[in-house]
Amino acid sequence: MIQLKNRSLVSITDYSKEEIIKVLDIAEEFEKNPRQKILSDYVIASLFFEPSTRTRLSFESAVQYLGGRIIGFASADTSSVRKGESLKDTILTVSNYSDLIVMRNPLDGSARFASEVSPVPIINAGDGANQHPTQCLLDLYSIRKTQGTLENIQIALVGDLKYGRTVHSLVQALSKFNATFHLVSPEILKLPSAVKKWIKDAGLEYYQYTELADVIPFADILYMTRIQGERFPDPIEYEQVKNSYVLENKMLDKSKDNLRVLHPLPRVNEIHENVDSNPKAYYFQQAQNGVYVRQALIAAILGLKE
Amino acid sequence: MSDKRTELKVSAIRRGTVIDHIRSESTFRVFQILNLEDVKDQVYLGTNLESKKLGKKGIIKISGKSFVSSEINKIALVAPEATLIEIEEYEIVKKEKIVPPDTITKIVKCVNPKCVTNNQNVETKFNIVTDYHGQMKLVCHYCEKSMTQKDIFFI
Ligand SMILES: [Zn+2]
Repeated sequence: MIQLKNRSLVSITDYSKEEIIKVLDIAEEFEKNPRQKILSDYVIASLFFEPSTRTRLSFESAVQYLGGRIIGFASADTSSVRKGESLKDTILTVSNYSDLIVMRNPLDGSARFASEVSPVPIINAGDGANQHPTQCLLDLYSIRKTQGTLENIQIALVGDLKYGRTVHSLVQALSKFNATFHLVSPEILKLPSAVKKWIKDAGLEYYQYTELADVIPFADILYMTRIQGERFPDPIEYEQVKNSYVLENKMLDKSKDNLRVLHPLPRVNEIHENVDSNPKAYYFQQAQNGVYVRQALIAAILGLKE
Repeated sequence: MSDKRTELKVSAIRRGTVIDHIRSESTFRVFQILNLEDVKDQVYLGTNLESKKLGKKGIIKISGKSFVSSEINKIALVAPEATLIEIEEYEIVKKEKIVPPDTITKIVKCVNPKCVTNNQNVETKFNIVTDYHGQMKLVCHYCEKSMTQKDIFFI
Protein backbone atom coordinates (compact mmCIF):
# COMPACT_ATOMS: atom_id res chain seq x y z
CA MET A 1 0.00 0.00 0.00
CA ILE A 2 1.60 3.26 -1.13
CA GLN A 3 0.50 6.20 0.96
CA LEU A 4 2.65 9.29 0.65
CA LYS A 5 -0.05 11.87 1.27
CA ASN A 6 0.40 13.91 4.47
CA ARG A 7 3.47 11.92 5.45
CA SER A 8 6.70 13.64 6.39
CA LEU A 9 9.94 12.50 4.80
CA VAL A 10 12.74 12.58 7.36
CA SER A 11 14.98 9.69 6.39
CA ILE A 12 15.17 7.65 3.20
CA THR A 13 14.47 4.58 5.33
CA ASP A 14 10.97 5.98 5.98
CA TYR A 15 10.09 4.88 2.44
CA SER A 16 9.61 1.35 1.17
CA LYS A 17 11.01 0.23 -2.14
CA GLU A 18 7.59 0.76 -3.78
CA GLU A 19 7.28 4.26 -2.32
CA ILE A 20 10.72 5.22 -3.64
CA ILE A 21 9.76 3.95 -7.10
CA LYS A 22 6.48 5.88 -6.92
CA VAL A 23 8.28 9.18 -6.27
CA LEU A 24 10.73 8.50 -9.11
CA ASP A 25 7.85 7.72 -11.48
CA ILE A 26 6.14 11.00 -10.64
CA ALA A 27 9.49 12.82 -11.04
CA GLU A 28 9.80 11.35 -14.53
CA GLU A 29 6.46 12.89 -15.37
CA PHE A 30 7.68 16.29 -14.12
CA GLU A 31 10.84 15.99 -16.16
CA LYS A 32 8.68 15.76 -19.28
CA ASN A 33 6.46 18.61 -18.13
CA PRO A 34 7.92 20.63 -15.22
CA ARG A 35 5.59 23.62 -15.55
CA GLN A 36 2.28 22.35 -14.20
CA LYS A 37 0.49 24.96 -12.13
CA ILE A 38 -0.80 22.52 -9.54
CA LEU A 39 0.42 24.47 -6.49
CA SER A 40 -1.35 27.75 -7.21
CA ASP A 41 -3.50 27.41 -4.06
CA TYR A 42 -0.63 26.34 -1.83
CA VAL A 43 1.95 27.97 0.40
CA ILE A 44 5.19 26.11 1.08
CA ALA A 45 7.42 27.12 3.97
CA SER A 46 11.15 26.94 3.39
CA LEU A 47 12.96 27.12 6.74
CA PHE A 48 16.73 27.11 6.39
CA PHE A 49 18.24 27.39 9.85
CA GLU A 50 21.63 27.15 8.19
CA PRO A 51 22.46 28.38 4.69
CA SER A 52 22.49 25.85 1.85
CA THR A 53 21.99 27.85 -1.29
CA ARG A 54 22.08 24.86 -3.63
CA THR A 55 19.38 22.84 -1.86
CA ARG A 56 17.22 25.86 -1.09
CA LEU A 57 17.21 27.10 -4.68
CA SER A 58 16.39 23.63 -5.95
CA PHE A 59 13.36 23.41 -3.65
CA GLU A 60 12.25 26.94 -4.38
CA SER A 61 12.59 26.43 -8.10
CA ALA A 62 10.54 23.22 -7.80
CA VAL A 63 7.74 25.13 -6.04
CA GLN A 64 7.87 28.13 -8.41
CA TYR A 65 7.62 25.98 -11.55
CA LEU A 66 4.46 24.48 -10.05
CA GLY A 67 2.97 27.92 -9.37
CA GLY A 68 3.21 27.71 -5.57
CA ARG A 69 4.21 30.46 -3.14
CA ILE A 70 7.08 30.31 -0.69
CA ILE A 71 7.52 31.82 2.75
CA GLY A 72 10.44 31.36 5.10
CA PHE A 73 14.05 32.28 5.72
CA ALA A 74 17.45 31.41 4.29
CA SER A 75 19.47 31.49 7.49
CA ALA A 76 18.86 31.57 11.23
CA ASP A 77 20.31 35.10 11.44
CA THR A 78 17.21 36.66 10.00
CA SER A 79 14.68 34.64 11.95
CA SER A 80 13.15 34.59 15.39
CA VAL A 81 15.48 31.68 16.15
CA ARG A 82 18.08 34.31 16.82
CA LYS A 83 15.87 35.65 19.59
CA GLY A 84 15.96 32.21 21.19
CA GLU A 85 12.66 30.74 20.01
CA SER A 86 12.54 26.96 20.34
CA LEU A 87 12.37 24.78 17.24
CA LYS A 88 8.98 23.48 18.38
CA ASP A 89 7.52 27.00 18.62
CA THR A 90 8.91 27.99 15.21
CA ILE A 91 7.40 24.89 13.60
CA LEU A 92 4.01 25.34 15.29
CA THR A 93 3.89 28.99 14.24
CA VAL A 94 4.92 28.42 10.64
CA SER A 95 2.52 25.50 10.28
CA ASN A 96 -0.31 28.02 10.74
CA TYR A 97 0.78 29.79 7.57
CA SER A 98 1.70 26.91 5.27
CA ASP A 99 0.66 23.54 3.85
CA LEU A 100 4.07 21.89 4.00
CA ILE A 101 7.41 22.74 5.58
CA VAL A 102 10.80 22.17 3.97
CA MET A 103 13.40 22.37 6.70
CA ARG A 104 17.16 22.41 6.93
CA ASN A 105 18.62 22.54 10.42
CA PRO A 106 22.14 21.98 11.76
CA LEU A 107 20.99 19.75 14.63
CA ASP A 108 21.03 15.99 14.06
CA GLY A 109 17.53 14.60 14.55
CA SER A 110 15.82 18.00 14.31
CA ALA A 111 13.75 16.87 11.33
CA ARG A 112 12.36 13.83 13.14
CA PHE A 113 11.46 16.02 16.09
CA ALA A 114 9.85 18.63 13.83
CA SER A 115 7.79 15.93 12.10
CA GLU A 116 6.48 14.81 15.49
CA VAL A 117 5.32 18.25 16.60
CA SER A 118 4.16 19.64 13.26
CA PRO A 119 0.52 19.40 12.14
CA VAL A 120 1.66 19.77 8.50
CA PRO A 121 4.12 17.41 6.76
CA ILE A 122 7.86 18.11 6.93
CA ILE A 123 10.40 17.44 4.20
CA ASN A 124 13.88 17.12 5.62
CA ALA A 125 16.32 19.17 3.53
CA GLY A 126 19.23 18.06 5.72
CA ASP A 127 19.45 17.68 9.51
CA GLY A 128 23.09 18.23 10.47
CA ALA A 129 25.24 15.24 9.66
CA ASN A 130 22.27 12.88 9.79
CA GLN A 131 19.94 12.62 6.77
CA HIS A 132 19.30 14.37 3.47
CA PRO A 133 16.67 12.18 1.80
CA THR A 134 15.95 14.38 -1.22
CA GLN A 135 19.62 14.16 -2.20
CA CYS A 136 19.26 10.40 -1.99
CA LEU A 137 16.13 10.41 -4.14
CA LEU A 138 17.80 12.49 -6.83
CA ASP A 139 20.79 10.14 -6.76
CA LEU A 140 18.43 7.19 -7.24
CA TYR A 141 16.60 9.02 -10.01
CA SER A 142 19.91 9.68 -11.77
CA ILE A 143 20.98 6.05 -11.45
CA ARG A 144 17.69 4.75 -12.80
CA LYS A 145 17.67 7.25 -15.64
CA THR A 146 21.21 6.46 -16.77
CA GLN A 147 21.11 2.69 -16.23
CA GLY A 148 17.47 2.03 -17.15
CA THR A 149 16.94 0.25 -13.82
CA LEU A 150 17.75 0.44 -10.11
CA GLU A 151 18.20 -3.32 -9.80
CA ASN A 152 21.53 -5.15 -9.65
CA ILE A 153 23.74 -2.06 -9.96
CA GLN A 154 27.51 -2.34 -9.45
CA ILE A 155 28.09 0.87 -7.55
CA ALA A 156 31.49 2.24 -6.57
CA LEU A 157 31.38 4.73 -3.70
CA VAL A 158 34.56 6.80 -3.49
CA GLY A 159 36.06 9.13 -0.91
CA ASP A 160 34.79 9.89 2.55
CA LEU A 161 32.66 6.87 3.34
CA LYS A 162 32.90 7.42 7.08
CA TYR A 163 31.31 10.85 7.50
CA GLY A 164 29.55 11.20 4.13
CA ARG A 165 25.83 11.10 4.89
CA THR A 166 24.83 10.92 1.21
CA VAL A 167 26.84 7.71 0.97
CA HIS A 168 25.12 6.21 4.00
CA SER A 169 21.64 7.01 2.68
CA LEU A 170 22.50 5.69 -0.74
CA VAL A 171 23.70 2.41 0.76
CA GLN A 172 20.49 2.10 2.76
CA ALA A 173 18.34 2.78 -0.30
CA LEU A 174 20.24 0.64 -2.80
CA SER A 175 20.20 -2.26 -0.34
CA LYS A 176 16.54 -2.55 -1.34
CA PHE A 177 17.55 -3.01 -5.01
CA ASN A 178 20.07 -5.82 -4.93
CA ALA A 179 23.13 -3.63 -5.54
CA THR A 180 26.75 -4.73 -5.16
CA PHE A 181 28.84 -2.18 -3.27
CA HIS A 182 32.47 -1.35 -4.11
CA LEU A 183 33.81 0.85 -1.34
CA VAL A 184 36.88 2.95 -2.14
CA SER A 185 38.32 5.01 0.72
CA PRO A 186 41.45 5.73 2.71
CA GLU A 187 41.86 3.36 5.66
CA ILE A 188 40.66 5.98 8.18
CA LEU A 189 37.52 6.85 6.18
CA LYS A 190 36.01 3.39 5.70
CA LEU A 191 32.26 2.84 5.80
CA PRO A 192 31.06 2.53 9.44
CA SER A 193 30.11 -0.96 10.56
CA ALA A 194 26.53 0.12 11.30
CA VAL A 195 26.12 0.99 7.60
CA LYS A 196 27.82 -2.22 6.46
CA LYS A 197 25.26 -4.03 8.55
CA TRP A 198 22.53 -2.70 6.23
CA ILE A 199 24.26 -4.42 3.32
CA LYS A 200 24.73 -7.67 5.20
CA ASP A 201 21.17 -7.68 6.54
CA ALA A 202 19.90 -7.35 2.96
CA GLY A 203 21.98 -10.42 2.04
CA LEU A 204 24.19 -8.37 -0.30
CA GLU A 205 27.94 -8.10 -0.84
CA TYR A 206 30.45 -5.31 -0.41
CA TYR A 207 34.13 -5.11 -1.31
CA GLN A 208 36.65 -2.62 0.05
CA TYR A 209 39.47 -0.95 -1.89
CA THR A 210 42.00 1.79 -1.39
CA GLU A 211 42.75 2.38 -5.10
CA LEU A 212 40.22 4.13 -7.32
CA ALA A 213 41.62 2.54 -10.50
CA ASP A 214 40.69 -0.94 -9.24
CA VAL A 215 36.92 -0.37 -9.53
CA ILE A 216 36.68 1.60 -12.77
CA PRO A 217 36.66 -1.38 -15.20
CA PHE A 218 33.46 -2.96 -13.84
CA ALA A 219 31.47 -0.16 -12.14
CA ASP A 220 28.09 0.97 -13.51
CA ILE A 221 28.06 4.04 -11.28
CA LEU A 222 31.10 5.88 -9.94
CA TYR A 223 29.82 7.94 -7.03
CA MET A 224 32.53 10.44 -6.08
CA THR A 225 32.40 12.38 -2.80
CA ARG A 226 34.30 15.26 -1.32
CA ILE A 227 36.50 14.68 1.70
CA GLN A 228 35.25 17.40 4.04
CA GLY A 229 37.85 19.04 6.25
CA GLU A 230 35.35 20.31 8.81
CA ARG A 231 34.40 16.74 9.73
CA PHE A 232 37.91 15.87 10.90
CA PRO A 233 38.77 16.18 14.58
CA ASP A 234 42.48 16.28 13.63
CA PRO A 235 43.63 18.68 10.85
CA ILE A 236 46.81 16.66 10.21
CA GLU A 237 44.72 13.60 9.49
CA TYR A 238 42.76 15.65 6.95
CA GLU A 239 45.92 16.85 5.21
CA GLN A 240 47.01 13.24 4.77
CA VAL A 241 43.85 12.13 2.98
CA LYS A 242 42.31 15.24 1.41
CA ASN A 243 43.58 14.55 -2.11
CA SER A 244 43.43 10.74 -1.95
CA TYR A 245 41.31 10.41 -5.06
CA VAL A 246 41.32 12.56 -8.15
CA LEU A 247 39.38 11.26 -11.12
CA GLU A 248 40.93 12.27 -14.44
CA ASN A 249 39.46 11.81 -17.88
CA LYS A 250 42.03 9.28 -19.11
CA MET A 251 41.21 6.99 -16.17
CA LEU A 252 37.76 6.43 -17.70
CA ASP A 253 39.25 4.90 -20.90
CA LYS A 254 38.88 1.39 -19.53
CA SER A 255 35.39 1.89 -18.07
CA LYS A 256 32.16 0.28 -19.26
CA ASP A 257 30.06 2.15 -21.83
CA ASN A 258 27.18 2.53 -19.41
CA LEU A 259 29.35 3.94 -16.59
CA ARG A 260 28.24 7.33 -15.28
CA VAL A 261 30.08 9.56 -12.83
CA LEU A 262 27.91 11.04 -10.07
CA HIS A 263 28.81 13.55 -7.37
CA PRO A 264 26.52 15.28 -4.83
CA LEU A 265 28.41 18.60 -5.45
CA PRO A 266 30.08 20.88 -4.67
CA ARG A 267 33.30 19.25 -5.78
CA VAL A 268 36.76 20.41 -4.82
CA ASN A 269 39.60 18.45 -6.46
CA GLU A 270 38.17 14.93 -6.62
CA ILE A 271 36.96 15.24 -10.22
CA HIS A 272 39.34 16.97 -12.60
CA GLU A 273 37.66 19.49 -14.90
CA ASN A 274 38.88 17.49 -17.90
CA VAL A 275 36.18 14.92 -17.01
CA ASP A 276 33.36 17.47 -17.44
CA SER A 277 33.10 17.14 -21.21
CA ASN A 278 33.16 13.33 -21.14
CA PRO A 279 29.64 11.98 -21.89
CA LYS A 280 30.05 9.76 -18.85
CA ALA A 281 30.13 12.81 -16.56
CA TYR A 282 26.61 13.12 -15.18
CA TYR A 283 26.96 15.30 -12.06
CA PHE A 284 25.45 18.47 -13.49
CA GLN A 285 22.39 16.69 -14.90
CA GLN A 286 22.18 14.92 -11.55
CA ALA A 287 21.70 18.28 -9.80
CA GLN A 288 19.07 19.25 -12.39
CA ASN A 289 17.15 16.06 -11.57
CA GLY A 290 16.85 17.35 -8.01
CA VAL A 291 14.17 19.81 -9.13
CA TYR A 292 11.95 17.07 -10.63
CA VAL A 293 12.36 14.82 -7.62
CA ARG A 294 11.45 17.67 -5.26
CA GLN A 295 8.44 18.57 -7.39
CA ALA A 296 7.34 14.94 -7.24
CA LEU A 297 7.77 14.72 -3.51
CA ILE A 298 5.86 17.92 -2.78
CA ALA A 299 3.04 16.91 -5.15
CA ALA A 300 2.79 13.41 -3.68
CA ILE A 301 2.79 14.60 -0.07
CA LEU A 302 0.12 17.19 -0.79
CA GLY A 303 -1.95 14.48 -2.47
CA LEU A 304 -1.84 16.17 -5.89
CA LYS A 305 -0.23 13.22 -7.68
CA GLU A 306 -0.74 9.54 -7.13
CA MET B 1 27.90 -28.70 49.03
CA SER B 2 29.78 -26.36 46.71
CA ASP B 3 26.57 -24.38 46.14
CA LYS B 4 26.29 -23.75 49.84
CA ARG B 5 29.84 -22.42 50.03
CA THR B 6 29.18 -20.02 47.14
CA GLU B 7 26.07 -18.74 48.89
CA LEU B 8 28.05 -18.06 52.05
CA LYS B 9 30.50 -15.77 50.28
CA VAL B 10 27.86 -13.07 50.42
CA SER B 11 25.36 -13.15 53.24
CA ALA B 12 21.83 -14.28 52.61
CA ILE B 13 19.02 -11.75 53.00
CA ARG B 14 15.62 -12.36 54.50
CA ARG B 15 13.52 -10.26 52.15
CA GLY B 16 14.58 -8.20 49.16
CA THR B 17 16.17 -8.50 45.74
CA VAL B 18 19.32 -10.16 44.47
CA ILE B 19 20.90 -9.10 41.20
CA ASP B 20 22.96 -12.08 40.11
CA HIS B 21 25.17 -12.91 37.12
CA ILE B 22 26.42 -9.37 36.67
CA ARG B 23 29.58 -9.23 34.61
CA SER B 24 32.28 -8.49 37.24
CA GLU B 25 33.42 -5.26 35.63
CA SER B 26 29.81 -3.93 35.64
CA THR B 27 29.08 -4.59 39.30
CA PHE B 28 30.02 -1.17 40.65
CA ARG B 29 28.24 0.51 37.75
CA VAL B 30 25.00 -1.28 38.66
CA PHE B 31 25.48 -0.23 42.28
CA GLN B 32 25.97 3.37 41.14
CA ILE B 33 23.07 3.72 38.68
CA LEU B 34 20.60 2.36 41.23
CA ASN B 35 21.85 4.89 43.80
CA LEU B 36 22.34 2.07 46.28
CA GLU B 37 24.59 4.25 48.45
CA ASP B 38 21.35 5.96 49.56
CA VAL B 39 19.67 2.72 50.67
CA LYS B 40 19.23 2.55 54.47
CA ASP B 41 18.82 -1.25 54.66
CA GLN B 42 21.53 -3.83 54.26
CA VAL B 43 23.25 -4.02 50.88
CA TYR B 44 25.82 -6.70 50.09
CA LEU B 45 28.05 -6.50 47.10
CA GLY B 46 30.35 -9.21 45.82
CA THR B 47 32.56 -9.13 42.79
CA ASN B 48 35.05 -11.45 41.06
CA LEU B 49 33.07 -14.48 42.24
CA GLU B 50 33.44 -17.67 40.24
CA SER B 51 30.79 -18.26 37.63
CA LYS B 52 30.37 -21.10 35.16
CA LYS B 53 28.61 -18.81 32.70
CA LEU B 54 30.65 -15.62 32.93
CA GLY B 55 34.01 -16.74 34.32
CA LYS B 56 33.89 -14.00 36.95
CA LYS B 57 30.63 -12.51 38.14
CA GLY B 58 29.29 -9.91 40.50
CA ILE B 59 26.28 -10.11 42.77
CA ILE B 60 24.34 -7.45 44.68
CA LYS B 61 21.82 -8.21 47.43
CA ILE B 62 19.54 -5.47 48.66
CA SER B 63 17.35 -5.98 51.73
CA GLY B 64 13.79 -4.76 51.77
CA LYS B 65 13.76 -3.53 48.19
CA SER B 66 12.03 -4.47 44.98
CA PHE B 67 12.63 -2.69 41.70
CA VAL B 68 10.22 -0.83 39.47
CA SER B 69 10.40 -1.22 35.70
CA SER B 70 12.41 1.96 35.06
CA GLU B 71 15.07 0.65 37.44
CA ILE B 72 15.03 -2.78 35.83
CA ASN B 73 15.50 -1.09 32.43
CA LYS B 74 18.53 0.70 33.80
CA ILE B 75 19.99 -2.59 34.99
CA ALA B 76 19.25 -4.12 31.60
CA LEU B 77 21.33 -1.43 29.88
CA VAL B 78 24.35 -1.80 32.14
CA ALA B 79 24.16 -5.54 32.82
CA PRO B 80 22.00 -7.17 30.15
CA GLU B 81 23.16 -10.65 31.21
CA ALA B 82 21.98 -10.26 34.84
CA THR B 83 19.34 -12.29 36.65
CA LEU B 84 16.88 -10.73 39.09
CA ILE B 85 15.88 -12.81 42.12
CA GLU B 86 13.19 -11.87 44.61
CA ILE B 87 13.58 -13.22 48.14
CA GLU B 88 10.92 -13.73 50.84
CA GLU B 89 11.83 -15.40 54.15
CA TYR B 90 15.22 -16.47 52.73
CA GLU B 91 13.45 -18.30 49.88
CA ILE B 92 13.55 -17.50 46.18
CA VAL B 93 10.02 -16.53 45.14
CA LYS B 94 10.85 -15.29 41.65
CA LYS B 95 13.87 -15.63 39.41
CA GLU B 96 14.03 -13.90 36.04
CA LYS B 97 16.68 -13.16 33.48
CA ILE B 98 16.60 -9.49 32.69
CA VAL B 99 15.28 -8.75 29.20
CA PRO B 100 16.29 -5.42 27.71
CA PRO B 101 13.27 -3.47 26.41
CA ASP B 102 12.90 -2.65 22.68
CA THR B 103 12.88 1.07 23.35
CA ILE B 104 13.98 3.23 26.20
CA THR B 105 12.75 6.76 26.85
CA LYS B 106 13.85 9.66 29.04
CA ILE B 107 16.46 7.95 31.24
CA VAL B 108 19.49 7.93 28.91
CA LYS B 109 21.31 10.90 27.37
CA CYS B 110 22.32 10.79 23.69
CA VAL B 111 26.09 10.61 23.22
CA ASN B 112 25.97 12.95 20.20
CA PRO B 113 26.46 16.59 21.31
CA LYS B 114 24.81 17.81 18.09
CA CYS B 115 21.67 15.74 18.71
CA VAL B 116 18.44 17.72 18.94
CA THR B 117 17.76 16.09 22.32
CA ASN B 118 20.88 17.78 23.73
CA ASN B 119 19.99 21.20 22.33
CA GLN B 120 16.21 21.53 22.54
CA ASN B 121 13.65 20.48 25.10
CA VAL B 122 13.10 16.98 23.69
CA GLU B 123 12.78 13.75 25.66
CA THR B 124 15.31 11.14 24.55
CA LYS B 125 14.23 7.90 22.95
CA PHE B 126 16.38 4.96 21.85
CA ASN B 127 15.78 1.72 20.04
CA ILE B 128 17.75 -1.16 21.46
CA VAL B 129 19.33 -3.42 18.86
CA THR B 130 21.99 -6.11 18.72
CA ASP B 131 24.81 -5.60 16.23
CA TYR B 132 26.35 -8.42 14.27
CA HIS B 133 28.98 -9.03 16.95
CA GLY B 134 26.13 -9.69 19.39
CA GLN B 135 26.75 -6.36 21.17
CA MET B 136 23.82 -4.38 22.50
CA LYS B 137 23.50 -0.95 20.90
CA LEU B 138 21.24 2.01 21.57
CA VAL B 139 20.15 3.82 18.41
CA CYS B 140 18.87 7.35 18.96
CA HIS B 141 15.36 7.76 17.54
CA TYR B 142 16.22 11.33 16.54
CA CYS B 143 19.83 11.62 15.35
CA GLU B 144 20.07 7.88 14.42
CA LYS B 145 23.54 7.61 15.98
CA SER B 146 24.21 4.36 17.79
CA MET B 147 25.99 4.06 21.08
CA THR B 148 27.48 1.16 22.98
CA GLN B 149 27.13 0.32 26.65
CA LYS B 150 30.22 2.28 27.60
CA ASP B 151 28.66 5.51 26.25
CA ILE B 152 25.52 5.19 28.34
CA PHE B 153 24.99 8.15 30.63
CA PHE B 154 21.84 8.33 32.70
CA ILE B 155 19.96 11.60 32.94
ZN1 LIG C 1 20.64 11.50 19.36
